Amino acid sequence: MAMAAFVRRGRRIAAASSLISSQPAVTVRSSLIPEEQAPLGVRYVSTQVVRNRMKSIKNIQKITKAMKMVAASKLRAIQTKAENSRGLWQPFVALLGDFPSVDVKKNVIVTISSDKGLCGGINSTSVKISRAVYKLTSGPENENKYVLLGEKAKAQLIRDSKKDIELSFTELQRNPLNYTQVSVLADDILKNVEFDALRIIFNKFKSVVSFLPSVATVLSPEVVERESEGGKLGGLDSYEIEGGETKGEILQNLSEFQFSCILFNAVMENACSEQGARMSAMDSSSRNAGEMLDRLTLAYNRTRQATITTELIEIISGKSALEG
Amino acid sequence: MLRQVSRLLGRPIAAQQQVKMLAGRAFFSTDVPATPTEDSTFVESWKKLIPNIEPPKTPSAFMKPRPPPPSSIPSKLTVNFVLPYESVLSGKEVDMVIVPATTGQMGVLPGHVPTIAELKPGILSVHEGNDVTKYLLSSGFAFIHANSVADIIVVEAVPIDRIDQNLVQKGLAEFTQKLNSATTELEKAEAQVGIDVHSALNAALTG
Repeated sequence: MAMAAFVRRGRRIAAASSLISSQPAVTVRSSLIPEEQAPLGVRYVSTQVVRNRMKSIKNIQKITKAMKMVAASKLRAIQTKAENSRGLWQPFVALLGDFPSVDVKKNVIVTISSDKGLCGGINSTSVKISRAVYKLTSGPENENKYVLLGEKAKAQLIRDSKKDIELSFTELQRNPLNYTQVSVLADDILKNVEFDALRIIFNKFKSVVSFLPSVATVLSPEVVERESEGGKLGGLDSYEIEGGETKGEILQNLSEFQFSCILFNAVMENACSEQGARMSAMDSSSRNAGEMLDRLTLAYNRTRQATITTELIEIISGKSALEG
Repeated sequence: MLRQVSRLLGRPIAAQQQVKMLAGRAFFSTDVPATPTEDSTFVESWKKLIPNIEPPKTPSAFMKPRPPPPSSIPSKLTVNFVLPYESVLSGKEVDMVIVPATTGQMGVLPGHVPTIAELKPGILSVHEGNDVTKYLLSSGFAFIHANSVADIIVVEAVPIDRIDQNLVQKGLAEFTQKLNSATTELEKAEAQVGIDVHSALNAALTG
């Protein structure tokens, strides 16, 4: 009799356990719990894995929030300076005009980018536009060269246009940007690169969420003279030159000054755009992390409740097996 | 002159086209609706060659258009005085400015002949009615356009009342001494620059 009871109990327990093992907690997504990480012999999925994931995502969220705050404060600092520098290039455009469609032999494309990453798509946009301008201004007798400011443009352009890169400058923002630094940079470029037209490609800061890729054109003094004598800059001849020297020398100084002013404004605008883009990238990243965290929390709770339910079932069925 | 006229003719037509194209797109009030005719060749050649990417903007799209040359001499001069860090004066109407060109102090009145002047370190004085504001400038450029707009672009400018006389004298003495004891060309050039700046400062304060 006792043996029969034992057997009956054994069969019931076995039935109960097989019932349980054939029904793993159905609501847990299998992708979250990789099979090999659950220890052997466990009849329910482990919450440890989910907990670890949640912890790491929470840390990521904190970091990206902090990066957003840092970018916001840097943006505030640099935005006033950039807006103040906007008056700098306007007199030059008023005097010399702006002719991106000028046809010259030696084009130098100055691409401005950032050194650090995690700033959204602005560097890719700048590089895309630089490549397009290269294509646009290339012709049978034209030679195009790149001058790169910033690490990110170098990384992207070195892959396929390595022989066209004339100069590259990095670590511009180690000290806060100022005109002296940019004018030294401009001097370097003017000394080492021969050009008929310089095209500066940067992201103009329109607002915190909008950056417009722009191209500013600076012509060399010879081209300015050529155009003023019978081309697009015909009005320039009507200007008298006060300076004592020849027109050529004045145009030389003018062209160099124009380049350094436009470059200064371009570098400032790009820096603003970089901080703004980083702010919005980090913001969307922390929002994304928050959503993932919500989903994981739900999954975790379901797993936990399934575990508890399973235990309860075991206990109850064990008790009922003992009694009945 | 011709450039202004062509811009005038191009502007109304381009404005209408632009407005039609961009109706419905949010447009900042600081953006200029009209694009000068020079840009359209660029935009067209871009679209032909690279149809997938939007053409980049050019600086002239972000600038307020300048007024055309008036038929008679206006009564006031519009001055834009800009530094890399700020626009000290922008669009201010004054009676006269005196700029320190390399050939000497040059007075600019409304209706002045269009001129490009290279500036040496010296004093800029802005006369409006009975007020005279003086600034000490580093070198730069001054453009005077046919429409009585004067653009003065310099690297650094300081209002005169913020300069300390004693420090100027000390600096002058120091740089003169450096010039005397300089050995290389570079040191001589640096000392000479220091002397120029300080003597200009001195002249500004005393003169």
